[in-house]
Amino acid sequence: MAAFDEMTNADGSIRPAYAPLAEWLRTAPPDLLTYRRQEAELLFRRIGVTFAVYGEKEAQERIIPFDIIPRIMTTKEWRGLTQGLEQRVKALNAFLKDIYGRQEILKAGIVPPDLIYLNPAFRPEMAGKSVPHDLYVQIAGIDVVRVDADTFYVLEDNARTPSGVSYMMENREVMIRLFPELFGQNRVAPVENYTDELLATLTSIAPNSASSDPTVVLMTPGQFNSAYYEHSFLADKLGIELVEGSDLFVKDEVVYMRTTKGPQRVDVIYRRIDDEFLDPLVFRPDSTIGVPGLMSAYHAGNVTLANAVGTGVADDKAIYSYMPDILRFYLGEEPILKNVPTWRCREPEALSYVLDHLPELVVKEVHGSGGYGMLVGPHASKQELETFRKKLQQDPEGFIAQPTLALSTCPTFVESGIAPRHVDLRPFVLCGADGVRIIPGGLTRVALKDGSLVVNSSQGGGTKDTWVMDV
Amino acid sequence: MLSRTADNLYWMSRYVERAESLARILEATQRLSALPVDYGGSTNEWESAVATAGCTASFYTVHEEATQETVIDYLVFSDQNPSSIRNCFRLARSNGRAVRTALTGEMWDALNGAWLELKDLDSRGILKGEELGRFLGWVKSMSLRVDGSAYRTMLRNDIYWFSRLGVFLERADNTARILDVKYHVLLPEIERVGGGLDYYQWSAVLRAVSAMTSYHWVYRDSLKPWLVADLLILNAQMPRSLAACYGNVGLYLDNLARAYGMQGPSQKLARSMRAKLGNAKIDDIFQSGLHEFIVDFIGTNNRLGAAISEQYLT
Repeated sequence: MAAFDEMTNADGSIRPAYAPLAEWLRTAPPDLLTYRRQEAELLFRRIGVTFAVYGEKEAQERIIPFDIIPRIMTTKEWRGLTQGLEQRVKALNAFLKDIYGRQEILKAGIVPPDLIYLNPAFRPEMAGKSVPHDLYVQIAGIDVVRVDADTFYVLEDNARTPSGVSYMMENREVMIRLFPELFGQNRVAPVENYTDELLATLTSIAPNSASSDPTVVLMTPGQFNSAYYEHSFLADKLGIELVEGSDLFVKDEVVYMRTTKGPQRVDVIYRRIDDEFLDPLVFRPDSTIGVPGLMSAYHAGNVTLANAVGTGVADDKAIYSYMPDILRFYLGEEPILKNVPTWRCREPEALSYVLDHLPELVVKEVHGSGGYGMLVGPHASKQELETFRKKLQQDPEGFIAQPTLALSTCPTFVESGIAPRHVDLRPFVLCGADGVRIIPGGLTRVALKDGSLVVNSSQGGGTKDTWVMDV
Repeated sequence: MLSRTADNLYWMSRYVERAESLARILEATQRLSALPVDYGGSTNEWESAVATAGCTASFYTVHEEATQETVIDYLVFSDQNPSSIRNCFRLARSNGRAVRTALTGEMWDALNGAWLELKDLDSRGILKGEELGRFLGWVKSMSLRVDGSAYRTMLRNDIYWFSRLGVFLERADNTARILDVKYHVLLPEIERVGGGLDYYQWSAVLRAVSAMTSYHWVYRDSLKPWLVADLLILNAQMPRSLAACYGNVGLYLDNLARAYGMQGPSQKLARSMRAKLGNAKIDDIFQSGLHEFIVDFIGTNNRLGAAISEQYLT
């Protein structure tokens, strides 16, 4: 399968975005990359100490490999992408407002109601309730892949608590230290202001009852959570308190945090904890990491949760296939970013097509994530294909199938030298009451194994710094 | 600041200070127990160490007899003793880890490094006493490193003040407990009973708080029990004395009150104890009862800990 390479055209010429990098790679002494990679490993191990500190033994494995060759996009390419991202997040917010409100999209017969009501991420507690500024998804991570010079596909919408932004920021810090000369020669758009933009977004969504200087906190499940490092990293850069459930309490439908100066009112909670654990009085009663009464304060409009409760219903893989229609329904526009054509196995015709073409397709669990429970047809053994065939026949509702996309490749420094490897991209989209903010860049994930299309870190993927620059 | 953050800072320091006090108590004990019985050494020195550490009751639920080996095991390594040196470092690090970003890199390195070294330490040589001295020296140097890096690198704000409060409340408690267990050797009438042999007990008390040299500098006199008591209770120049501890406790509580614009029960309590220590004379303390004085102090110190917790840490 000939994939689009972001650096080199089929005729061997270099694409403009990569011209300075290609020249630098050509003239750099052979040992330099090896040396810089060792240096990068050292720097990350130092950051990694911070990882290991929190999760101890298993944390050693959580240090994600970093590739020192950046992934590059031109400002023009980026601008096109951001328009599509902004459009997508607007549609997600409109959809959620409708689903928990008048449900016009169900009445119009565009999305089947059972996909909503039977969805484990649907929160009936939110039905008929409004949220501050009508915003549900304030922080989104939209995973996109590229297949040619002009075409991006959305692979997945992450509308719950998308993570990985600390890698985006730290990858850049390490690159600036390792390759100051490259940053001197190229005008790379900075990403370090992400946390400023995030704070502005979070401040903008404070409930109307808050003071003009609202108190924003970041809520973590605690230091044993696998993303705790990112939580403390962000709280630090945002200059806000990193709270656990036990630091907060609710009195008369108002949320307070326990401080050394006494109770202090909290207006906005950037929560990195799943819906089910937020409030033991409403969701899982065994949750010890939540805040009893939090939902009552939320419904009273006295606190904003980012993201809102119940957003998971919009980033489900089954709903994903309806996104182009959802977008047209609310915005009356054509989607700028494409959706990967998706066969919903719940539909009998689609199922029989999928069963007939299994070796060509990628099959995913509707509620799965992280690259688990996934079949990549062209790379699967006969036995794996048979296993999936049975699974599909038993539980067609649980699966979707997509054509195997030729994800673009980027030059990557691997054992054998510099070689093309498949990549995807997670840009972070911030959606405040005062507008949408998108930091130029994002988290590029790279499948380090030759030919592999699975970029998830749990499956041997690594990360790259992502440059958006003028050419 | 979050109450939980302040609580972690406060306990982090208390545990490090507690580990150091235990090390000093064990040092003095080993020295005394090495003396012939005729010179004041006695077989129950190890028992006295357990009493000074304040864990007599819990000790005897685990061991039948207080010997060198059982006492070192309990006070240094035991998982069953929540305040063993090992547990102190573990808890201090875990408290520090929870507020990692409030600490300077140097402080964290000191805390983390101490635990990583202690975690898998071979206990055999230490239990036999051969390696004990070197190990206790290491414990003190770790405490010095944490303390020194805090002193040299931390911003002087409430983060620092809460961690210092922990140090001085714990230190006051430890000094008072040493006095409580050894008070009888400081009383003049007992001196007659024990004769000159108590000299070694007095010097052990001083060594337990690193004050042997200070004593001679301050009093230019041979060891006298009431002067030992004076040094440990009332002399504000002596860094482990009750007066010095409360000078600092008062200072940091006042800093907090000023920064937060509010006084509370803990400031009031600290101020009255500080005044009491400032106005007292050692003769009066002996006359109205050294033991009663110390028991009263320990009670007040505990109440102050509870008041700080109530006012700031929960």
